[in-house]
Amino acid sequence: MSFWIVGPPKEQTPMGDEVLVAISSDRDVVRARQTGRSMATQLGLSRSEATLLATAISEVARNIVEYVGEGQILLCTVNLNGMEGIKVVATDSGSGIENVATALQDGESSGGRLGLGLPGARRLMDEFHMVSKVGEGTTVTMTKWKGPGRG
Amino acid sequence: MQQDEVTLMQAPRTEGDDSCLPELVSHLRDNRTGLREEWAQRITDAQLLSAMSEEEIFSEVTSVFDKYVDTLETGSVESLQEYAEDLSERIIPRGVETHEVLGIVLLLRDVLARSLFQKYQEDFELLNRVLDAYEPAANRIAVIVGVSFVQERERVIGQQQATIRELSTPVLQVRERLLALPIIGELDSQRAAQLTDQLLNAVRSNRARVVVIDITGVPSIDKNVANHLVQTVRACRLMGAAVLVTGLSSDIARTLVTLGVDLSMMDTVGDLQGGIEEAEHLLGYEVRKAQAASPEDKR
Amino acid sequence: MPVPILKQGHYLVASIQDALSDGEVLELQENLLKQIGDFRARGIIVDVTAMDVIDSFASRSLRTVALTTRLRGAEMVIVGIQPDVASAMVQFGLLMDDINTALNLEEGLEFLDRWTAERTDADGG
Repeated sequence: MSFWIVGPPKEQTPMGDEVLVAISSDRDVVRARQTGRSMATQLGLSRSEATLLATAISEVARNIVEYVGEGQILLCTVNLNGMEGIKVVATDSGSGIENVATALQDGESSGGRLGLGLPGARRLMDEFHMVSKVGEGTTVTMTKWKGPGRG
Repeated sequence: MQQDEVTLMQAPRTEGDDSCLPELVSHLRDNRTGLREEWAQRITDAQLLSAMSEEEIFSEVTSVFDKYVDTLETGSVESLQEYAEDLSERIIPRGVETHEVLGIVLLLRDVLARSLFQKYQEDFELLNRVLDAYEPAANRIAVIVGVSFVQERERVIGQQQATIRELSTPVLQVRERLLALPIIGELDSQRAAQLTDQLLNAVRSNRARVVVIDITGVPSIDKNVANHLVQTVRACRLMGAAVLVTGLSSDIARTLVTLGVDLSMMDTVGDLQGGIEEAEHLLGYEVRKAQAASPEDKR
Repeated sequence: MPVPILKQGHYLVASIQDALSDGEVLELQENLLKQIGDFRARGIIVDVTAMDVIDSFASRSLRTVALTTRLRGAEMVIVGIQPDVASAMVQFGLLMDDINTALNLEEGLEFLDRWTAERTDADGG
């Protein structure tokens, strides 16, 4: 069995609006972003939009694996007044981040969770919120909307 | 159509409503020909569907009438929605507008209602029961058809806009390995993103090594647009293509520097022609250099 | 399964199929260094055509391999970054300014030919 072939995630239901992916390894990072990509494609997002989404998912998922060890990512299709998109909710019960604002600042050198990842992921998504409580954990919520002009 | 919009329209049915439905439906069917003609006449009087010929109107009128009565009978929303989507797809290219579609549906509702008034005029209570069954059903039809039509129009307009955006930023292959992109018109975020997409895909399919982006035709450039430009340049680099930006007046350049935009990312040249010459030079120069350095030459 | 490394003239070509874990990146680096030594390779092409996402980790990894192999005397070129991936990387902020990139394998080989020719020039043959 090849190490490189990651098949369709078992959690994915073809008709499903929501998929929960447990994150605890590199392979889960790939699974999460592939699921995100396929949901985006099904919803009619362009290839570029799907790649932006997949990259942002990869970033937050890897953060979880690298700094906390385990967590989960919930992917769902959302609809707001006719605008369709994919929402990502990444949660972990790690030690939390003391200063979210600083973590989201550009130019933070890597060290803890203040790497290039979060500000970068925020730039790729249309909406981005992060909540963290020291000792309790972190939740990142982000959404990518489908651009106009697509049936 | 949002599912929740439709359920709102489904008014709870009161007792005895349904019993009137079969009767009123068969009355409408029995008088089909006459009612249809009356409707067609009203459409012409109101000068609706002027874009269509008489035969076309007749054929649409026949099909819509039957569908209308069928829907009254079955109450099937899905079937009507599908029908309305098909209808919209057909008539929008013919130039039919929203007020016309709503107009003809409401006229049909009136024509059928009048027919019911006439039939049941002797019995006011029965008439009321019949209308209790008819009105919500007829109104639901009007909403579904109207909304379907509007949604289809919006989808078509969106597509047209995307096409226009694409056409207005043509990527030209000047010679092998050299692409030129003269941008004309305002650049907003959306257009810039689409432009980058197009250009990067062109770099791949044309195996371009140099891209010349000319912004002479862009009336105003703010920080956002400049940043988009810088990003496009960087993305091209990742795909192995060098970028020259032309048409950047010294005024604009100064403004951008003041805004803090990193211009060191861009190699700028005066105008498009100059840019293309520079690009050819770059390409030719590279080839020459490799040949001059080959081992055979040195012996 | 480690990333396959092929020999092409004086160069090495490694095609990355999908996301590499930390361990796999290290393994790739070690294998490349070894083969540079074994075959006296002057250049390395890393083909990322099959990578549909390049995040900060992947970008860091690629950079690390490039810098390490350069210290060993072999120049690296990354080829095959796809349009939508390039777009995402730039928006994200992953620039890779100090790394050579080319469109595809063919362009990458041409780049290495020019590069090594220049170096041979500079070294005086």
